[in-house]
Amino acid sequence: MPSYTAETARALVRGHQVHRDVYVSDEVYRLEMRHVFRNAWVFVGHDSQTPNKGDYFTTQVGDQPVIQVRHSDNEIYVLYNRCPHKGTKIAIDRQGNTGKFFRCPYHAWSFKTNGCLLAIPLKKGYEGTGLSETENGQGMKAVGAVHNHRGFVFARLAETGISFEEFFGDSLSSLDNMIDRAPAGRMEVAGPPLRYMHQCNWKMLVENQTDTCHPMVAHESSAGTAVKLWVEMGNPEPRPPAMQIIAPFMSSYDFFENIGIRTWPNGHGHTGVKGSIHADYEAIPGYFDAMKDAYGEARAKAILDENRHNTVYFPNIMVKAPLGQLRNFIPLGANKTLVESYVYRPVGAPDELTTRSHLYNRMINAPTSIVGHDDLEMYERAQEGLMSDGLEWVDLHRLYEEGEDFSVEAVDNGTTERQMRNQFDAWAKFMQDTPGPAEAAE
Amino acid sequence: MSTPTRDDLIDFIYAEARMLDDGRFEDWLALWMPEGHYWMPLEWQQKDPHSASSYLYEDNFMLRLRVERLSAERTFSQKPKSRCNHVIQRPFVDEYDPDANRYITHTSMHYVETRLDEQQLLALTARHELTLVDGALRIANKRVDLLNCDAAFGNIQLLP
Ligand SMILES: [Fe+2]
Repeated sequence: MPSYTAETARALVRGHQVHRDVYVSDEVYRLEMRHVFRNAWVFVGHDSQTPNKGDYFTTQVGDQPVIQVRHSDNEIYVLYNRCPHKGTKIAIDRQGNTGKFFRCPYHAWSFKTNGCLLAIPLKKGYEGTGLSETENGQGMKAVGAVHNHRGFVFARLAETGISFEEFFGDSLSSLDNMIDRAPAGRMEVAGPPLRYMHQCNWKMLVENQTDTCHPMVAHESSAGTAVKLWVEMGNPEPRPPAMQIIAPFMSSYDFFENIGIRTWPNGHGHTGVKGSIHADYEAIPGYFDAMKDAYGEARAKAILDENRHNTVYFPNIMVKAPLGQLRNFIPLGANKTLVESYVYRPVGAPDELTTRSHLYNRMINAPTSIVGHDDLEMYERAQEGLMSDGLEWVDLHRLYEEGEDFSVEAVDNGTTERQMRNQFDAWAKFMQDTPGPAEAAE
Repeated sequence: MSTPTRDDLIDFIYAEARMLDDGRFEDWLALWMPEGHYWMPLEWQQKDPHSASSYLYEDNFMLRLRVERLSAERTFSQKPKSRCNHVIQRPFVDEYDPDANRYITHTSMHYVETRLDEQQLLALTARHELTLVDGALRIANKRVDLLNCDAAFGNIQLLP
């Protein structure tokens, strides 16, 4: 087993192929947690999960346990979930309200909701000891930077680095389209996410989001059988919900070639440049009127005519704008990934929209979903197959061109693997040493 | 049967579990009323299936699709097939209303599902809404609450 550094790990990416160690090596996993997830802007949560002062919610940024909390200034803060004293996690439950301060359950050190140290019992015992001159004496550590984009909260662990605007650039148009689909121009989280455990590397899931050559193959068992059943029933109308949601997975190669794939710099990209499998859902009564009242007819039409399929935000989320969904691929190890699939309610729209999103969520993203079963079977077979020493490289040649430039936006044939190559290009770009405490810890 | 006894209701619940364990899914589908739903909530004590996500809220089409898929030629996640086993406690009869032709049972069970080297155990309660049609009991609706509904799961491919 070679010993990797950030520099040698970058050599595992060759554009048209990547070495299997990016999926299976624990060492490469630790490097990507320390560098890629530290330098990139990573999704944390939605601010409606913490609507009131003192509300908090716990999650991970890469492998780092963090707390998203609303402080007394009404701003969202993201703090490492660790007491500066002995390391105890400050918040264990997934969400709650902590009032005006956090209090460590072990020795009662307390902190303001922006992390600043508030009080330590028997403080005298620390006088003149030098604690106040250390980082631990300041309180709970905050992440390097936080950005709240219209309710969606992102964090950069590194204190310095690429700005939010530069990192995402024009890719924010997908997230904005999702939010614009709410007549009130904002969304709210609609219940807890579906949580689905995968025994595979997180990148397999992210790549699958723009893999348009797999649905008609891997999902033949679910989508193909749905179509067959429906035909046997004599093509009844209205089509059952499963037909509207699952059957389009059987769309032809032609269909997917034509809808196109767009890539943006820094590893972001989406399928469905011209239409998508979400374009033919039934209209919901009252929705267009609400949109028209909010935006005027022309703008409302423009928002709803944009039917992007899956938008990948590097490194590890996917947004489905027409359905108000976000999937968070949380890495738990080289071969373990937790997928959290959220539904957001478009404020001002009829409830039926959210009902349909929940329907889609359970049909596609649940551990009980037959479509999910199809996919997970492939990921886990790949994770096991990659242990083979027969071949060491994973292929990404589909519609590859020598000298691809990912620093510019591009639109391509919808079956290209360009977006996967784009992700690995960004992976190598952000696999860089960063200044700060994470380095000192090595 | 013109009116089921309490024992008839309880026997029905046992027989249904046996069908699933034996893999007699076509027989199992025939137990269902066409308008019935199989609901597995995501949240503990979830109020309704529409305002939050659920694990399952299957109509008749989806139940048939699930069963059909299990034996389809290219169902790779069922090569090899999963097997399941229900260990059920004697059901409570929570509602016994022959006049309304409505019977509700509440059953605690341990559900085991296995495939290859993996085996998972789910503790759950099933709430059956039953009704009598042409002398035979039918499932009007079924709700299954997982004890650890807030945990993250791998594949759950068969049905408790
Ligand atoms: Fe898929």
